[in-house]
Amino acid sequence: MIESYGNINPVLAVLIHALIPLTIILVYALVAIWGERKVAGFIQDRLGPHRVGGWHGWAQSIADLLKLIQKEDIVPKDASRFLFKFAPFMMFAASYAAFAVLPFSSWYIGSMIDIGVFYLIAITSVLTLSVIMAGWASNNKWSLLGGMRSAAQLVSYEVPTIATVLTVIVVSGSLNLMTVTEMQSGNDILGFLPNWFIFQNPFLIIAFGIFFISILVESHRVPFDLPESESELVAGYQTEYSGMRWAMFMLAEYADMLLLSLLGVTLFFGGWNSPFGSFMSGPAWGFFWFLLKGFMLVFVMMWIRWTLPRYRVDQLMHICWGILIPATFVNLILVALWEVVF
Amino acid sequence: MTTVIREGWTTFKSIFTGMGVTIRHFFKPAVTELYPEEKVELPKGARAKLYVNIDDCIGCNLCARACPVNCIDIETVMATSDVDLGKTSTGNPKRFWLTQFDIDMAKCMYCDLCTFPCPTDCIYMVPEYEYSEFDRTNLVYHFSDLTPEKVDEVKEKAEKEAEEKKKERERKMKEKKAKAKDKAKSKPKPKPKPKQPDNKKDDEES
Repeated sequence: MIESYGNINPVLAVLIHALIPLTIILVYALVAIWGERKVAGFIQDRLGPHRVGGWHGWAQSIADLLKLIQKEDIVPKDASRFLFKFAPFMMFAASYAAFAVLPFSSWYIGSMIDIGVFYLIAITSVLTLSVIMAGWASNNKWSLLGGMRSAAQLVSYEVPTIATVLTVIVVSGSLNLMTVTEMQSGNDILGFLPNWFIFQNPFLIIAFGIFFISILVESHRVPFDLPESESELVAGYQTEYSGMRWAMFMLAEYADMLLLSLLGVTLFFGGWNSPFGSFMSGPAWGFFWFLLKGFMLVFVMMWIRWTLPRYRVDQLMHICWGILIPATFVNLILVALWEVVF
Repeated sequence: MTTVIREGWTTFKSIFTGMGVTIRHFFKPAVTELYPEEKVELPKGARAKLYVNIDDCIGCNLCARACPVNCIDIETVMATSDVDLGKTSTGNPKRFWLTQFDIDMAKCMYCDLCTFPCPTDCIYMVPEYEYSEFDRTNLVYHFSDLTPEKVDEVKEKAEKEAEEKKKERERKMKEKKAKAKDKAKSKPKPKPKPKQPDNKKDDEES
């Protein structure tokens, strides 16, 4: 925490404190964009990018970034200039701000607030707001349709997401993610399994399944990437964007992916806890385990992306309202009963 | 309700089946050929580029005549009697200087018809396909191995010999005629038949 930085300038301390997640996001985005293309390539029996930088084309994202920086910054003539320019930054700011409540290790959390999950869910809704903003400000029918779809998606996924988070809160009894993580320390289940929530309660496995589907919807990943579905809407809300502004969207999208994966890891897979009990655990190992688990979930998201085709809008609505919401609430009651009985 | 559960079950099953398929492909080696560095071996009999083994060519002109688009241009000069051009590897004697053997690969339609008539199998397709050019004229391949000076020399020689041969032939003809006249003198024989056409010709000419 900030107090532990000792007697250095408090402003500097806050800056250093805030820059840790930013560094992680930026490096992760470069790796993940390259990784996603490699995963896509391997799944389709191709090689993926493999020229730039020598070893498996690791520098491809850096080359792409250099290209995007050099591109012209185009604002459509009839666009709402301020909103058009502001939307990508707002989107990234929203997903970056949400990282503040994630406990990266037992030693580091951006902000130790008691309403961590509540704050996180509230701030990620701003993401959708910026998508609608981008879609409306572009003055383009594809962009507007993408933005509207994003709004429709928001009202669909928010309820199951929040309800599955609530199931975990029922078990943990705290909204502070650090406390939630600390509750999952130790290896007591069946003598060797870690005390992660997913192993503690069989109904939480179902809860995780629903949570995973809803974070796929929330991060606009492929079976539910309706706001930017390229075969229908050109590029959705990103249609009119170019160069670095578009790159900000891309960065925010990948940051959002990581954010929601890390939230899932914190709620269900023990956060920074080592799977081997006290072995390989500690503040630095905490970073390692937390990010490793997060990256594995991100990999599963990529894997799903290159497996499944896209849903229609009405199918998405049906899945969220017709199946996920009833299932979540039934599951919530079952989890609560299990907690009362055992 | 039961249909919902059944459909949900089939949906989940198919999703996991699909993910199993993709993860198996994830660990399969890629089928990509890194083209400029690694080249695919062409199948046997691939028609990519014509090549002429000029040492084996006897200048018979069969390939040029077989070509449907006239992309083969051959010019031959009879070898003079003082040079021996040797034999091809198939044993056919070579009698012509190949002063020109051009193949225009821009015209060629890769029908492979020229390779079959060749008596010495000296024209054939080679598996080489990277020969694009910026100028179309560079696609005309010259297979003749004679220098222009040599070509001139050969042509001059051939003309001289041809002239000599012609003179020789005329001389022989004259000798023959003279002999015939001598014979005619020694054995007087009325020759009405050959004279008459001669007269006729003379008449016609005059």
